[in-house]
Amino acid sequence: MAAHVVTISSGKGGVGKTTTTANIAVALAMGGQKVACIDADIGLRNLDLILGLENRIVYDLVDVVEGRCRIRQAMIRDKRLPELYLIPSAQTRDKSAVSPSDMVRLCDELRQEVDWILIDSPAGIERGFRNAMAPADMVVVVTNPEVSAVRDADRVIGLVEAEEKGPARLVLNRLNPVMVKRGDMLAPDDVLELLAVELIGIVPEDDTVVVSTNRGQPVAMDAKSRAGQAFQNIARRLKGEQVPFMDLDEKKGVLGWLSRIARAGGD
Amino acid sequence: MSDWLDRLLGRQPKSASSAKERLKLVLINDRTDLTSSELEALKNELLEVIGRYIDIDPAAIRIEMMQEGREQRLLADIPLRASRRHR
Repeated sequence: MAAHVVTISSGKGGVGKTTTTANIAVALAMGGQKVACIDADIGLRNLDLILGLENRIVYDLVDVVEGRCRIRQAMIRDKRLPELYLIPSAQTRDKSAVSPSDMVRLCDELRQEVDWILIDSPAGIERGFRNAMAPADMVVVVTNPEVSAVRDADRVIGLVEAEEKGPARLVLNRLNPVMVKRGDMLAPDDVLELLAVELIGIVPEDDTVVVSTNRGQPVAMDAKSRAGQAFQNIARRLKGEQVPFMDLDEKKGVLGWLSRIARAGGD
Repeated sequence: MSDWLDRLLGRQPKSASSAKERLKLVLINDRTDLTSSELEALKNELLEVIGRYIDIDPAAIRIEMMQEGREQRLLADIPLRASRRHR
């Protein structure tokens, strides 16, 4: 086995990097892949909480790097899925405890064990970001259809290219199709034109993300959630499958159901 | 609806259009490390140099930053005036 190392980054904080990492990991694991995710945000641990694994941490990334435990011991296995593991970040440590070469060494060791290594990068473009980038075979940049998130995504995409880790793939998260239709939110085409990068997923704004995060059950586990489906689709595209982008205009509820029937009848 | 119609009717363009236009400019600055005033100065100096050698009409000149994929290029369209000496 030789794992693909995918780093999830964004520049700006709060765009849904950790949620994206958790859900891609879950979706890949649901598809039978062996996945290890690494929280590279030292000092601001969060991937454990999004995955619902916060009560099971014994060792963390810094413990591995500093030789207090073996990688295996720091890998928390998710009991809901057979082959999903988390290496949590350290919570109260010096940010310089981990270097880019530490990350490369750790991933090289892990590559033989799993199919996918997903690295959740911290916000910003400093040390933590460089740590997360160093071992990457591919970089996924998460953004929202908002001016500051798009601008920061552009910086990160530029850095990914400069480090010869490109081309970056884009996840457009929290898209509100109603606002796009009204002309009050950047449309996917606008964002793609501005950033000139390959799109790998559009995730609609969806209340089920908040609900599932509250419970520590990533939304990708919820087959009925639109955002969950979007994350499933991203995982399939990462595996190289051709998956069409979902129709975001589809209406919800009884009216939507009726209009879908009407449309199916008309086709 | 299109921006020009909005302007014609005295309405503000849709906020998504403003976002896109503002981002276009700010990304040029970010990618090239040139502020808009530096870009303006560059254009003026360029015109001055070219004008020293050939007869140009400053009003007909277009110099702008273009985006091609993730590459930026400075595009100059400089129509030359017919030379008077040879007539």
